[in-house]
Amino acid sequence: MEIQDIIKPENLVYEKSKLQVNVISHYCPGCSHGVVHKIVSEVIDELGIQEKTIGVSPVGCAVFAYNLIDIDWQEAAHGRAPAVATGIARTNPDKVVFTYQGDGDLASIGAGEILHACNRGENLVVIFINNGIYGMTGGQMAPTTLLGQVTATTPYGRTVELNGYPLKITELIAQLPGVHYCTRQSVHTAATVRKCKNAIRKAFQNVMDKKGTSFVEVTSTCNSGWKMTPVQANEWMVEHMFAEYPQGDLKDNDKKG
Amino acid sequence: MGELRLMKGNEVLAEAAVRCGCDGYFGYPITPQSEVMETLMELKPWETTGMVVLQAESEVASINMVYGAAATGKRVMTSSSSPGISLMQEGISYIAGAELPCLIVNVQRGGPGLGTIQPSQADYFQTTKGGGHGDYRLITLAPASVQEMHDFVELAFNLAFKYRNPAMILTDGALGQMMEKVELADQKPRWTREEILAKSGSWATTGRTPDRQRNIVTSLELDSEKMEQNNIRLQAKYQQIEENEVRYEEILCEDAEYLMVAFGTSSRVCQKAQEVLREQGVKVGLLRPITLWPFPSRVIGEKAKSVKGILVVEMSAGQMVEDVKLAVFDACCCVPVAYTGRMGGILPSPGEVVEAFEQKLLKR
Repeated sequence: MEIQDIIKPENLVYEKSKLQVNVISHYCPGCSHGVVHKIVSEVIDELGIQEKTIGVSPVGCAVFAYNLIDIDWQEAAHGRAPAVATGIARTNPDKVVFTYQGDGDLASIGAGEILHACNRGENLVVIFINNGIYGMTGGQMAPTTLLGQVTATTPYGRTVELNGYPLKITELIAQLPGVHYCTRQSVHTAATVRKCKNAIRKAFQNVMDKKGTSFVEVTSTCNSGWKMTPVQANEWMVEHMFAEYPQGDLKDNDKKG
Repeated sequence: MGELRLMKGNEVLAEAAVRCGCDGYFGYPITPQSEVMETLMELKPWETTGMVVLQAESEVASINMVYGAAATGKRVMTSSSSPGISLMQEGISYIAGAELPCLIVNVQRGGPGLGTIQPSQADYFQTTKGGGHGDYRLITLAPASVQEMHDFVELAFNLAFKYRNPAMILTDGALGQMMEKVELADQKPRWTREEILAKSGSWATTGRTPDRQRNIVTSLELDSEKMEQNNIRLQAKYQQIEENEVRYEEILCEDAEYLMVAFGTSSRVCQKAQEVLREQGVKVGLLRPITLWPFPSRVIGEKAKSVKGILVVEMSAGQMVEDVKLAVFDACCCVPVAYTGRMGGILPSPGEVVEAFEQKLLKR
């Protein structure tokens, strides 16, 4: 059998989602964003909601998400994506609205907006990329930076005295009655990618079913900011980040009673 | 003849918004304009026209909710008072940068800081010169009566959509709290999806359908060459607005030997001062800018050539007077331009205006 006999549509086992725009990604090799973008593209495509979905991109590394996924997008001011998404969702109840935010955007400057949007139970998907660092501005401390972690603004490691504690914002969000589904996932292995995709699909389905806020944290790597190779970053995340940010569902109202 | 009512300026803003087919209001309570949202909540327009009303957690959130909804082609608004408008400046800059049509109402109070809840006009600079970061302009309408508080809501939306630019109604606590007779417009329907697609489908995030590329609403452009082009396009738009949309009222200006320039509440005070001065035989005209940006520079420059002096009356330390001086300068005219006013939440009295006029222009 020749290779040409194998390269046929019926033998295809994987293809890129048609929602992933054919441009060179601006993300660093090894970064979790690319995988999460792929998942979001696939889920929107598989649910058949390209025409109904409006994404809100943050300020941070994902600011250019609108160049990578073929849907209508709005670019929000730093931290304000949940307010922008509220405005869209309230005046367009037929749309599926999601925000895509990093830890600086969501847990620091936008802590107020995310808490209140979730507390109102806005009908939104929130994708929260938690890599414990400010990637875009060059690796400064985030609210989710671990104690002892070295960043550009904690060159001797984060200390409680100077910087306070890592903010477990996802645990806080899970407490809010308006939140229907709150989970913490990662994308560092094939198995976790599949699990994360299930979580993101469930979140989008929840919004289609008008169940309120669905919040998906993806504990992520920033190998550039962490000054590690992609493999080292994955290992460091499992060892250190997972201890602070335990994986799995924090809340799922579908499983109640 | 539409329905006649005796109403507060703030209540009228709410009533006019519902009646012109507004899609949404997002706001945060602050004196002296809280009646806007209170009236809307009592009207419950979501049960009649489908208009959304939401109390946000802050002015920062309110203006960003306006951003999100406006970027879907909806007619949406917020209102606040001076300290709250300061908080919105980031969002207003983004809205101007992304070229989103919307209405922002500032029912001004005295500042700086927490200041006072009494009326002021000290946000003139903030409104007409930018306020937020970057080179941008707000279409600014200054009502002088409760009727104009009503009429300017729809006018502001029309101008905002005509130019894809945020529009502001700059008023103050006196007009917000004052009750006057007002003729209300008949109820108009909100725009249908088809109407929104026809008006704004080329840019708004209405959903990426197979017949078009995806729409992206953003103010970001990291390529400086392209960002400069964005600015050049904005400036061309602003120039077009300056050419087409200047609005003002002339009160007894035909025979004027002197001119007063005042907007909003100050212009009402000046009308009384004008009466007093005319009874004394002083031929004084009153020019009331209705659009503060674009500013009626040309007409002020023309008038300057035929008068002996100009008095600018403001409820601030003298802000609009700078634009009047520029207008006079641009007209190559050297007529004296004086300022009088009160600050910190105090209205000048007609007597004070007359006295200032006599001292500064008649040199009595």
